[in-house]
Amino acid sequence: MSLRFRNSLLALGLVAALTGCDREQRQTRGKPLAETVPASTSPDTVFPGNANVPPSDPRAAVYEGNATAISEGQRLYNWMNCSGCHFHGGGGMGVALIDDKWRYGGRIDQIAATIVEGRPNGMPSFRGRLTEQQVWQLAAYVRTLSGQARKDAVSARADEVSNTPPQTQTKREPLTPADSAEQ
Amino acid sequence: MRRGGAWLTFLLTGCNGYQNAMGGDGAEGANFIQLFSVFMVVCTIMYVIVAAALLFALWRRRSAALVVEDRKHHQTSALVRPALFAWTALIGAGLVALTIASFFTDRSNAAEGSKPQLILTVTANQWWWDVEYNLPDVSRTVRTANEIHLPVGIPAEVTLKSNDVIHSFWIPNLAGKQDLIPGRQTDAQLLPRKIGLYRGQCAEFCGTQHAQMALDVTVESKEDFLRWYAAQLKPAVAPANPQQHAGYRYFTTRECASCHNISGTPASGQVAPDLTHFASRRSLAAGALPMNRGNVYGWVADPQSLKPGSRMPTVGLKADELHSLVAYLETLK
Repeated sequence: MSLRFRNSLLALGLVAALTGCDREQRQTRGKPLAETVPASTSPDTVFPGNANVPPSDPRAAVYEGNATAISEGQRLYNWMNCSGCHFHGGGGMGVALIDDKWRYGGRIDQIAATIVEGRPNGMPSFRGRLTEQQVWQLAAYVRTLSGQARKDAVSARADEVSNTPPQTQTKREPLTPADSAEQ
Repeated sequence: MRRGGAWLTFLLTGCNGYQNAMGGDGAEGANFIQLFSVFMVVCTIMYVIVAAALLFALWRRRSAALVVEDRKHHQTSALVRPALFAWTALIGAGLVALTIASFFTDRSNAAEGSKPQLILTVTANQWWWDVEYNLPDVSRTVRTANEIHLPVGIPAEVTLKSNDVIHSFWIPNLAGKQDLIPGRQTDAQLLPRKIGLYRGQCAEFCGTQHAQMALDVTVESKEDFLRWYAAQLKPAVAPANPQQHAGYRYFTTRECASCHNISGTPASGQVAPDLTHFASRRSLAAGALPMNRGNVYGWVADPQSLKPGSRMPTVGLKADELHSLVAYLETLK
């Protein structure tokens, strides 16, 4: 194989690889009516132990790790004053959101349910105050607070004053058994 | 001369009066048009002289006296030396004149902005303008969105802020551009000279809907301005019939009130345009659509198809909710 042939093959390969660089689809509006879950069909979301957890909502795949959803959620987190109680994830009056402890489940659909339903001891219900899409965007952002989300999805800029580097520059730390045991 | 300059600029820009930097509708613009005219005259004279000299050089025959054989080729015409002196002096004088003219224009603009009689704050958001009139008596503060009313001939100072990214405040008819920078405070001075309806526009790319981030500017007589201001001070009108009341109830208890404020009602969101006197504005969605019933319906029903990416979500209203909401919003004069 001549050098020239190999080089042009390499260039062709690079061009072919570029077609894999597809920007994720930005959904500015969910399907309006399908997004609105009628109150009566909202699933039960509290489960004793880890047993009998229902399968994940299909919307989880749309919002989880989606850069647009995360950034919109980041904006809503301040707009809806989540930071008033949870601060910027570290918790204050409300529980911390950056750790691995979830009283009502840490899956994105469980977080969305918590936002919609509200929880005892202070968490208000946002049912009818936010659109279903906004709830899922918020949940997608809350999922990133622990610093485990993909670097290309999270925002490189925190909106709040912060003394830690942005998540795009921090290491991803896998869960240790001790973290899980604490649940 | 001024009329000639205005004509020229009209031909140059092809703009109409609604959004025109060279109309002289504001003091700053008028000053700059004067300065522009001075530059135009000076530069035209210089251009004509240079072009004439070049043409003369082309046209002039080579003098028989200046050929090598005569050994006089190094001699120059007796005219050249004084002409060069005159030319240098003319350039010097022209530059000094232009410098002085621009200095006085600059000072005159600064002087007009130094004693504002009206102070307002404009905060840019993606993708709309939050406008607040700050009076010494804070109980008479007026907050509106995407529109500015100014009394003619009264200098106003605009404090500029941004909540998210860098925007730029530009009302071409009244003044030049000024950036709005998050975490900082900048300002602009406006002194409108002519009554009229103008258009402001964000002039710094700020995201998807940058192009649909406009500002309706109304320059009116002082009496009209005070009348408008008094109307803005009032709380929103109460719903008058059952349909409007249903809209009022939806607005104040559901998604709308999480972001929007309507003074005099429980709706007190602070992150989206204030809608207290929504129906009295010329346009909606930051100048994206003219204000009429069809556009209000379209905007409330599905903002994401009219202004994709806008912060206003598509709620998915049912038909009766939509009808009653629009009926209520239309009463907010």
